[in-house]
Amino acid sequence: MTLELFLLLAAALFCVGLFGALTQQSIVMLMMGLELMLGGVILAAAAAWHYIAPAASEGQVLIVVAVTAMALEMAIGFAVVTALFRSREIDMTDMAAELKE
Amino acid sequence: MDVAVFWVLAVLAVAGAVMVFRFDSMARATFSLLASLLCVGGLVVLLGLDYLGIVIVLMMTIEMAIMAVFMVMYMMNPAGLMPMTMIHNKKGAAVVCGLVFALLAAGILLAPWPARRGKAPADPTMELGMSLMGPQMLTMMTLGMALFATIVATVVLATRRGRYDRFGDDLRARRADDPVRGGVGR
Amino acid sequence: MVERTPLWAVFVLPALLVGAALVTAGFDAVLAAGARRGRPGSLRETAVRAVEPGRQVLRHLVQQPRRTRASDLPLARIGAGLLPVAAVLAAVVLPLGFRSVSDLPEGIVWFNAMEALAWAAVWLAGWGPNSTLSLIGGYRFLAQGLAYELPHMLAITTAALGAESLRVGEVVDAQAGLWFVVWMPVAFVIYLLSAMAMAFWGPFDQPAGRDVAGGAGAELSGADRVLFLGGRWLLLVVAAAFSVPLFLGGGHGPLLPGWAWTVLKTAAVLAFLVGVRRAIPTVRMERYLELAWVVLTPLAIVQALVVAVVVLNR
Repeated sequence: MTLELFLLLAAALFCVGLFGALTQQSIVMLMMGLELMLGGVILAAAAAWHYIAPAASEGQVLIVVAVTAMALEMAIGFAVVTALFRSREIDMTDMAAELKE
Repeated sequence: MDVAVFWVLAVLAVAGAVMVFRFDSMARATFSLLASLLCVGGLVVLLGLDYLGIVIVLMMTIEMAIMAVFMVMYMMNPAGLMPMTMIHNKKGAAVVCGLVFALLAAGILLAPWPARRGKAPADPTMELGMSLMGPQMLTMMTLGMALFATIVATVVLATRRGRYDRFGDDLRARRADDPVRGGVGR
Repeated sequence: MVERTPLWAVFVLPALLVGAALVTAGFDAVLAAGARRGRPGSLRETAVRAVEPGRQVLRHLVQQPRRTRASDLPLARIGAGLLPVAAVLAAVVLPLGFRSVSDLPEGIVWFNAMEALAWAAVWLAGWGPNSTLSLIGGYRFLAQGLAYELPHMLAITTAALGAESLRVGEVVDAQAGLWFVVWMPVAFVIYLLSAMAMAFWGPFDQPAGRDVAGGAGAELSGADRVLFLGGRWLLLVVAAAFSVPLFLGGGHGPLLPGWAWTVLKTAAVLAFLVGVRRAIPTVRMERYLELAWVVLTPLAIVQALVVAVVVLNR
């Protein structure tokens, strides 16, 4: 196991998540892509902590921030979907884009 | 041993991630995302961050269980009994993702990574706590404020009923008119 | 300090838990039969009533399994199987006397993470069979989880705070003199409530309630049903047993060896919980949610604050 291996794995997770976030029409599925991307970020931060600077605690703090970001993203995401659905019966990104017209 | 665990978790994590977007059933997609993120938690434990790894497992389990509810609620075809695709711009996205991955991989393989400096503390959990409650206090407080703001924002966004619905037009009603009565004597 | 344990403990642990669960279920069955058909006339009749859960297990195992249409069998299987697995994994940090299978440095967080797997397990078991009643059961458990988890986490954090460690062994060591239950009574009561809610049992049995024909487990049959309902008992036993190292001094006690005290205290807690089930009516989860968030959570925070002040001034 090396730093490169972990980072490649993190990059793979990030790119799968990015693909999902770009292609999915449903807002809820899009958020799953975002979660995967953040999962990749967490893994990369942990690997950097372990292989580069284990004595510094900033790597761990970064993971805490990423985990919190995941929770916030999901909570706000669901609240927005609920609000959109309440007002317009919309649950897809393409339909939400038409709102501005 | 560690190497074997790494490869098993790594393969499961990527396979779970890919299956999220291939399953028709929303329940399966959600729980394959959970499997993938649990593997990430396991890998974090493998890297020596036991506490953070276990917290990721705890948080993701609860988060995905809640997510499943919303998935079923907001998808037209949650059980995947009639397969259908709900994606757009597949080719463009594939190209973008391929490029991003190539770029990241090139960076990862070509960058001159610095050698390991220092030794891991005997108790990383203690180190994290001391850091969050000491030099990183500002980060911690920002996170706390962000979480609090999220609670307020989600309730405001998601609720349909305001105080006029609950206490009447002149806000004079003694007890709130709630559809579900609570457990503390209201 | 908790000593290291040999490898065979890994195999003994599930056997011990299953034994404890069978005894508890038998005790409960005797009480239930006593309430329904009057006091048992003889010792033999009591024994017959006590082995009723064991007979049920055998009946389910030999019975022809039932399938529902368009069910998601793999997910239902994963859900039913995950429940006992989560209970056994949570029990890994449980000390018998002063020995546990593995005394992880973050044992308390580990326990919390493993019992949270029950959220996923019950929902999956409810979703899988493609049946309305079982899906209602699964949703009910998520609602109940949201209610109990918040005060529950604060309660177990309070115990960790009192010992200034997340390691279960050190929590036990910190109670060599005074048990935590004496100066953290609120946290202890909250823990017992959430132990029942976690195993969706007793007053919190709505996720598997009779009004929805057995709820999350309604459509499970055969080995799946045994795993699911057995996993529920295992979860109850593990949750009750974990209150012993957290609040009741673990293996500390006069005269008897450590393991005997652990077994005695666990049995006492389980007997209390089984008794409580017959005394308290079912609480609906939306009512418990308000109670948990409006009353129990602030109480748990005050309790944690008191403990923190005591610890700082020690």
